[in-house]
Amino acid sequence: MNPFTYSRATAVADAVRDKASHPDSEYLGGGTNLIDLMKENVARPTHLVGLNKLPLADIETLPDGGLRLGALATNADTAWHDEVKSRYPLLNQAILAGASPQLRNAATNGGNLMQRTRCYYFYDLATPCNKREPGSGCSAIGGYNRVCGILGTSESCIATHPSDMCVALAALAPTVRVSGPNGDRTIAFDDFHRLPGNQPEKDNTLEPGELITGLDLPAKGFEKNFSYLKLRDRSSYAFALVSVAAGLELEGNTITDARLALGGVAHKPWRDQEAENMLKGQPATEDTFRRVAAKVVADAKGHGSNDFKIELAKRAIVRALKQAAEGNQHAADVFLNSNP
Amino acid sequence: MSTTNYIGKPTSRVDGPAKVTGTATYAAEYQVANMAYGYVVSSPIAKGKITKIHADEVLALPGVVQVFSHENVPSLAWFDRSYKDLVAPGGSPFRALHDAEIKFSQQPVALIVAENFELARYAASVLRIEYQQEDHETSLETQRAKGYEPGAGKTGFQPPPAPRGNPDKAWEEAPHRMEAEYVHGAQHHNPMELFTTTVEWRGEGKITAYDKTQGVYNVQQYLTKIFGLKKDDCRVVNEYMGGGFGAGLRPQYSAFLAVLAALELKRSVRLTLTREQMFSFGHRPHTLQYLKLAANADGTLAALQHHALHETSQFEDYTENVVNWSGMLYQCENVKLGYQIAKLDMYTPLDMRAPGAASGSIGLEIAMDEMAYAAGLDPLEFRLRNYAERDQNVDKPFSSKKLRDCYHQGAAKFGWDKRTQAPGSMRNGDGKLMGWGVGGGVWDATQQKAAAKASITADGKLTVSTATGENGTGTYTIMSQIAAETLGLPIEAVTFKLGDTDLPESPLQGGSWTAASVGSAVQSTCAALGEKIFKLAQKMDDSPLRDAKFEDVEFASGQLRLRADHSQAVVLRDVLQASGEAKLEADSSVMPNMVKQNGYSLHSHNVVFVEVTVDEDLGTVHVTRVLNAVAAGRILNLKTARSQVLGSVVWGIGMALMEETVMDHKFGRYMNHNFAEYHVPVNADIHDIDVLFVEEEDDIVNPLGVKGIGEVGMLGVAAAVANAVFHATGKRVRDLPVMIDKLL
Ligand SMILES: Cc1cc2nc3c(=O)[nH]c(=O)nc-3n(C[C@H](O)[C@H](O)[C@H](O)COP(=O)(O)OP(=O)(O)OC[C@H]3O[C@@H](n4cnc5c(N)ncnc54)[C@H](O)[C@@H]3O)c2cc1C
Ligand code: SF4
Repeated sequence: MNPFTYSRATAVADAVRDKASHPDSEYLGGGTNLIDLMKENVARPTHLVGLNKLPLADIETLPDGGLRLGALATNADTAWHDEVKSRYPLLNQAILAGASPQLRNAATNGGNLMQRTRCYYFYDLATPCNKREPGSGCSAIGGYNRVCGILGTSESCIATHPSDMCVALAALAPTVRVSGPNGDRTIAFDDFHRLPGNQPEKDNTLEPGELITGLDLPAKGFEKNFSYLKLRDRSSYAFALVSVAAGLELEGNTITDARLALGGVAHKPWRDQEAENMLKGQPATEDTFRRVAAKVVADAKGHGSNDFKIELAKRAIVRALKQAAEGNQHAADVFLNSNP
Repeated sequence: MSTTNYIGKPTSRVDGPAKVTGTATYAAEYQVANMAYGYVVSSPIAKGKITKIHADEVLALPGVVQVFSHENVPSLAWFDRSYKDLVAPGGSPFRALHDAEIKFSQQPVALIVAENFELARYAASVLRIEYQQEDHETSLETQRAKGYEPGAGKTGFQPPPAPRGNPDKAWEEAPHRMEAEYVHGAQHHNPMELFTTTVEWRGEGKITAYDKTQGVYNVQQYLTKIFGLKKDDCRVVNEYMGGGFGAGLRPQYSAFLAVLAALELKRSVRLTLTREQMFSFGHRPHTLQYLKLAANADGTLAALQHHALHETSQFEDYTENVVNWSGMLYQCENVKLGYQIAKLDMYTPLDMRAPGAASGSIGLEIAMDEMAYAAGLDPLEFRLRNYAERDQNVDKPFSSKKLRDCYHQGAAKFGWDKRTQAPGSMRNGDGKLMGWGVGGGVWDATQQKAAAKASITADGKLTVSTATGENGTGTYTIMSQIAAETLGLPIEAVTFKLGDTDLPESPLQGGSWTAASVGSAVQSTCAALGEKIFKLAQKMDDSPLRDAKFEDVEFASGQLRLRADHSQAVVLRDVLQASGEAKLEADSSVMPNMVKQNGYSLHSHNVVFVEVTVDEDLGTVHVTRVLNAVAAGRILNLKTARSQVLGSVVWGIGMALMEETVMDHKFGRYMNHNFAEYHVPVNADIHDIDVLFVEEEDDIVNPLGVKGIGEVGMLGVAAAVANAVFHATGKRVRDLPVMIDKLL
């Protein structure tokens, strides 16, 4: 870890200005990812702009019936918020499937979107990695890539975005609110994270210096028929090998609206709108779900140790859609282990 | 005073309050004046040479005290034997910063010492080192043909016994046969506490090293030989340890480096390894096992072959007993056991909880399950039909063996009779596939030489001490129990001290021999002290014991009394006060009674019953129920013993389902070197675990009749999980861990 200075911002404009005036600086939310990266020398900022005093920790209902999640609200406060539990239980489940209570108490919503990949090579300076050091090569290709992606990968990077929360968000399709040196703007969630292409060092479409201030969830929360299914190498406190966020609207047994997003498979939370369209108007049967699952992974490509994710993703999609259709999933009141 | 019979009782840990209130001091917590901080720089490459170290750039940083590397290390002991610790395997021990050569990835290549930890860490991150890389070989698979039989270099290692009968012919002719290969990857001990050494500079070349180790004497003799120190000038202390599991058996390179820096700088130094560096030294080796069994029509074993190959480093022949157990756990006349190791460019493996047997029981116990199925027998019934009454490896009877009772009592408590044999034939209440599996093993009951001293003051307070270690196993507690019961004192009146080379010598804490070895020494020392007290008691005015012999009296409930007539008693404290002595002392050293032990095979045994549920679509496995029945002689403390077995089961579940250090052979480097990616079980993975002890009376193993409980509970757990997965799904996974992808 290199020496750095630290300042604490109390207003959004100050934070943005402070960051812009320090060339190698980073925003600091809960620090659960950035501090680790600094200890491993993967991130070497010389200045940190502390965000926790910004007035962005609130969660409030919007006039259009949606819900605004402050960027500095913690993952725990978000998951346990009454509105989230009752109207967006999918988000509640996804957040609680991630990390540990201690981490969720510290982690912020903004930081969750911005967390970096868990690719082993990204974390280990002894190995080349295009994301950490553009042009150095991708060690995961041909290496140990159990945690890497199968969809939307590129020749230069096959890393995944590790968040659970973001998979539910991809399904719920909020807009991301940002403030930057050039003012405020919003970004559709699906456009926020990006695929690696030949610039894997860029995880998302934020411009330099931009700060996430919040997320605006649309009114529709799929609170009746939803499922967040996470498959991992142990029952808790492990990143997803594959996760699925599914939301359905049903009339009788016919699907009228659908959302489907996957985690652990791509450089971004992988929402598949074509698959969603395939579901609409169809009966909520295993047969439908199988066809849709096959479509989602049709272009998937394994890289050796992660080949199994293709089959696993297929089966997980079917299971998650089935659970959503059955409609007996609930927001957690106490987080009981709901692993398959 | 209430009873002072403590042995066997579930006494709570005497060190518990100190641990939970934070007053127990660990190696990294000793505060000494004017301390400098060290940070190790590790090699990014697996093989090659250091060509340049740009130390000057880092030395220019204000506050950096020194950069140690092979370029400036003072001349130290020359011969290999000076670097051999008490449990070193054969070969040439690794010497940190010895020369420019890189022998394994993450090898320590420099030590930065600075005024504070943060600065040392930063300096380590900017120190430029140039390397000349060479081709490395880290894959055991590619080195199969280069396996060789190691010499008997390491204490405790026994080459496999000579073959008996004609296993090849018997296999060919038997009606039921199986053969298969089993694999598990490398595993790292990863105790919670990081390796740390705080070296206190006491002036004039004298040091005290507060070091995380399972054997302070081992570290002391290692350091004194290398640095040419006198024993009195090199005290080594470890009072508490945040887990060892074998990682602390050999002196760690961090201890060497910290002492080197302290002696060179004439200053106190603290050095702590990082979690990543906890993956830079010994580990349970990646092991390949080949088993070939045959059964007769009556379900008895016709032939058994077990061959194992595991990795070692280029510089030492690490050995463990992987296959020998297979020749003694079951009765079989035709047996061949083989054992080889192969050299790779990595650090020497290191004993990890039940070394050898934990690995060997994976191969043997899955193979036994496969054989039972091939012979159409229930796997428990198959084991019963092949029960070994004698240890055929050495052709001796067991000093005691109640494994059959473990089988019967364990099966009854688990409900094994409700098991249906066909794979996939059982489901739980939720309709999920359920499987029941069984496994088990055998482990050494060893006693080593140990010494202790005891002193009692006029107020009746007893202090007993010896330089054993406390892994967290409960040593403080059971030793206090033995001492209290031997002298009939309340346990609160006993202080037990350990982990200090100023105390009498005890063996390393490992091999499950501490209870037997140190316990015997504590008992004998307290008895010697008792004899002194008895003599004083006889001198008291009107002593009711005047004409008694020592054999006629007993210590109980704070009294010294006639065994035959409890009313003829004196109060212990009165004896001490009447004697006018401020303090009475005794010491003794106890050796195993070889004459008594020689005619027997001394072993503990266990059997584990496991229930899993499996989601057949998604490949997820949950171990919902475990029962571990253990026969390990006399149980000194039901609570700490049970905890040892619970921990063993958790470890076994980890071994079966998730634990594995993954190497990228392109870099010759372990890649999941942190706790986010090196998975051990968390609470959500652990459900019901039941422990059952079948006590054995055994006065042959040692005077206390204990066999040790730290390791035997691990045996067969991983195999039983894999067998249960087979029973649930019909899928036989032979390379552990059984992860989701292997069941899809
Ligand atoms: C052991 C471990 C296990 C975990 N397991 C899981 C898991 O299973 N599932 C899961 O989803 N997550 C998991 N996590 C990750 C955890 O969710 C993230 O670390 C956390 O969400 C990051 O939030 P933070 O506020 O701490 O971010 P920080 O560490 O503070 O910041 C992360 C990044 O975001 C930037 N940043 C922070 N806030 C803003 C903002 N408002 N605007 C712009 N940039 C910002 C920072 O500059 C930094 O680059 C795990 C983490 C650990 C350490
Ligand atoms: S997959 Fe991406 S993050 Fe991983 S090594 Fe390749 S470039 Fe780096």
